[in-house]
Amino acid sequence: MENIGDSVIRKEALEKVTGKAKYTHDERTKGMFYAKKVISPYAHAKMTAKDTSEARKVKGVRAVITGENLPLIGEEVRDRPPIATDKVRYHGEVVALVVADTPEVAKRAANLIHVSYQPLPTVQSPSHAIEANAPLVHENVAEYEKDEGIEPIPKSNISNHTKIRKGDIEKGWRESEVTVDESFSFSPSDHTAMETRSAKAEIKANGSVVIDTSSQAPFMVKKLMNDYFGIEVGKVIVNTPLVGGGYGGKASVQQEILAYIASKAVGGRQVEVFYSREEDMITAPCHIGLDAKVKLGATKEGTLKVAEIVYLFDGGAYSDKAIHLSRAGAVDCTGPYKIDHVKCDSYSVYTNHPYPAPYRGFSHSEVLFAFERTMDILAKKLHIDPLQLREKNAILPGHTTPTQVRLNRSTIGHVPKCIEKVKKLINWDEGELVEVNDRIVRAKGVSCLWKTSTIPTDSTSGAILTFNEDGTVNLMSGVVEIGTATKTVLAQMVADRLRIDVRDVHVRMKVDTQTTPEHWKTVASRGTFMAGRAALAAADDALTQLKKIASTILRARVDDLDVGNGRVFLREEPSVGLEFKDIAYGYTYPNGNAIGGQIIGRGNYILRHLTELDPETGKGNPGPEWSVGAQAIEVEFDRRDYTYKMLRAASVIDVGKVLNEKSARGQVTGAMSMGLAFGGRETFVFDEQARVLNPRLRTYRPIHYGEHPEYIVEFVETPHIDAPYGARGAGEQGLLGMPAALGNALSTAVGVPLRQLPLTPELIWRTKEGIGE
Amino acid sequence: MTKVAVTLNVNGEESEVLIRPADTLLDVLRENLGLTGSKPGCLNGDCGACTVIVGKKPMKSCLMLAIEAVDQNVTTIEGLTDATVQRAFVEHFAFQCGYCTPGFIMNVHSLKENHPEADGETIKSWMDSNICRCTGYEEIEAAVKSVLYGGQEHHKR
Repeated sequence: MENIGDSVIRKEALEKVTGKAKYTHDERTKGMFYAKKVISPYAHAKMTAKDTSEARKVKGVRAVITGENLPLIGEEVRDRPPIATDKVRYHGEVVALVVADTPEVAKRAANLIHVSYQPLPTVQSPSHAIEANAPLVHENVAEYEKDEGIEPIPKSNISNHTKIRKGDIEKGWRESEVTVDESFSFSPSDHTAMETRSAKAEIKANGSVVIDTSSQAPFMVKKLMNDYFGIEVGKVIVNTPLVGGGYGGKASVQQEILAYIASKAVGGRQVEVFYSREEDMITAPCHIGLDAKVKLGATKEGTLKVAEIVYLFDGGAYSDKAIHLSRAGAVDCTGPYKIDHVKCDSYSVYTNHPYPAPYRGFSHSEVLFAFERTMDILAKKLHIDPLQLREKNAILPGHTTPTQVRLNRSTIGHVPKCIEKVKKLINWDEGELVEVNDRIVRAKGVSCLWKTSTIPTDSTSGAILTFNEDGTVNLMSGVVEIGTATKTVLAQMVADRLRIDVRDVHVRMKVDTQTTPEHWKTVASRGTFMAGRAALAAADDALTQLKKIASTILRARVDDLDVGNGRVFLREEPSVGLEFKDIAYGYTYPNGNAIGGQIIGRGNYILRHLTELDPETGKGNPGPEWSVGAQAIEVEFDRRDYTYKMLRAASVIDVGKVLNEKSARGQVTGAMSMGLAFGGRETFVFDEQARVLNPRLRTYRPIHYGEHPEYIVEFVETPHIDAPYGARGAGEQGLLGMPAALGNALSTAVGVPLRQLPLTPELIWRTKEGIGE
Repeated sequence: MTKVAVTLNVNGEESEVLIRPADTLLDVLRENLGLTGSKPGCLNGDCGACTVIVGKKPMKSCLMLAIEAVDQNVTTIEGLTDATVQRAFVEHFAFQCGYCTPGFIMNVHSLKENHPEADGETIKSWMDSNICRCTGYEEIEAAVKSVLYGGQEHHKR
């Protein structure tokens, strides 16, 4: 019998290799309509006219929607019109929707809509945005409806400011003998899930709104449909089948709103909104950009004393998740080190770029790039080995985080152990730089990482187990299967707790917010923790019920009973017992009398003891635990043409407990690949008017087969006591240190500090030769 | 636009479909025949999620008109049953979200049919046409090699 830790094959494996797996866009109904977006070709412009007359004449067009009379929306600040009316603020913004009988007709009509634009000066970066004379993306930012604690600065592009004030900065600088002051930046990029976003919406006769969507956050859609449009939450039903990759990008809510607006315009008929690749890249929320300044102070011996940091997050045209992202960047604003004096100012700043969604790691890989590059620069100045500097300052139980949480043996993983292992795996002692010949050098770079989640303090997860008459179990959880195999891992947990074969746990893959218990969002590497706790609670609940009915039939106390192999039996005499199948649907006595009923186990979980952050100091408890790790990469760099090959990449992640070995490794290597792509090659290329020049997979080129390095992955298991089996988050961690490690390796290879991403040969050449754009 | 009736041979079955001459093979497979295993990923030939086999060669079905497939044998992911490649992808954990998987499997299946002894360079040039965003390609590489080298690579990892 396979168990916890084993490489159980994912439950939906056969569906996925036979083409039978259904994703949102695969399911159609007869008679549904199709919507096509008209998007802005400008990043910042006034719209002086929208001429829809030609489009309306096309046969088969059912509605043309130009966005008037719609509420402003957005998760923390209501600053975004679902369809832009007066002006556009980013390239790709939706300015009209056409609803028609077929996608072809919708597209043809959309092409006939003529919008007159008057281009405005654009805001090109967060640093540009905060200059005194920068154009304003939003003229009246202070007037928007917003959540408590959000403080936009009036008549500026700053939508929020998170402050971290720990210790005494002045003292920290006084105690520092060696200091560095470094700046870093990178532009927004994209998640590029292979399934582009889509949604269908339909309004029923009783006012219920049924939405099918490729989302990581179906329960958030339900909540926001209530917030934005006042629809009773019980009348919003959101269905999410398998999702073709998310990486955070599908945790934002956009396509659902458009589908609802479209359906409403045609009397509630079902309408599909499907995103082309180009729309998925620029219209839908993207991966955030960052301008960072990191100042570090240390003693001559290399003890870190102080960190003073400014993060300007590229919040794009609308806030939505940008403010939360900038807050998360402040929470873990340093690497995983003991630093007594920390000051961080993290801003979410409006620009004329596509606005950001969460991205795997939720700001952590981004700030770690800046911080861990600075650590290498400091090590160099101190003449200390960069790994040794990290080891010397590694954060440990008893130390405090930037938000002043005192860590214990459960709430933080083991940083020194991760460093020690990665050192061996990458053969660090061979030297950071090895000359192969007069042209080629091999160089190594490292980075540490850590992450906690910053999801709402009252986030919940629920699970239901229903028994079948053969004694097998159905598992219902609100976790969306986005590719992480979380639902298979949940089945492993349930099987382990019920002591049955994992094959006897049937998993419902589809989430339906009306019948599936809520899981806040499938994000933040919190699936196995929160849904796992709920699933185990549900299993315990089912066990209690099974024992209770067995107790009556066997005429024995409940606490004399045990379970195993699908039976409830007497501890003392296991041959006396009942099979699950005989009691899972109630028990029938020989004369026909029956007792009990279908066993239905229920469980839930809510995060404990988390707090909001203090607005002045940032003090507060943001998440249940910090997972940690250390990563390294070895590159082969060609000094003549500035190209490089990634040879080997190593990750040591403290996952607390490996729940499914091959799945865990796959999560880590997949995340490493994504981190190396973000670090090495992926970015939106903007022109001087902030238009994205490369919104397609031919010009924005993810890593392809054969371009990946050899992956070396090892795990450390320091249990998180609250989590099922002690497991920590594992879905994001493999990404977090890769951009920094790559930057460190290449800086060593080239001999000059590299401060931007992505690390393309052209960027390296420009930096080395001092050639501007 | 006027529709035309054509007969397509897909997965060994002949079907008469009413199509616009401008319809891509991908659209017709999905919309007219209900074969949604072939996925739209970019509709531009960049990602390979829609790969099918036409005749003996892999083809991105978003780059081909359905009308061009008349008189040709088309095989989609739904046409494979318990193929070695499918088993290898399962055994090697060669997918996560699964969206790119049908395209990869069709490409590898065709590679195996055309070059059962393919070397590393040939494999790379064939696989270059598909994108997987979830894995780091390690598991796909293992699955492909296990199929092409008769499982010799299977036990290496």
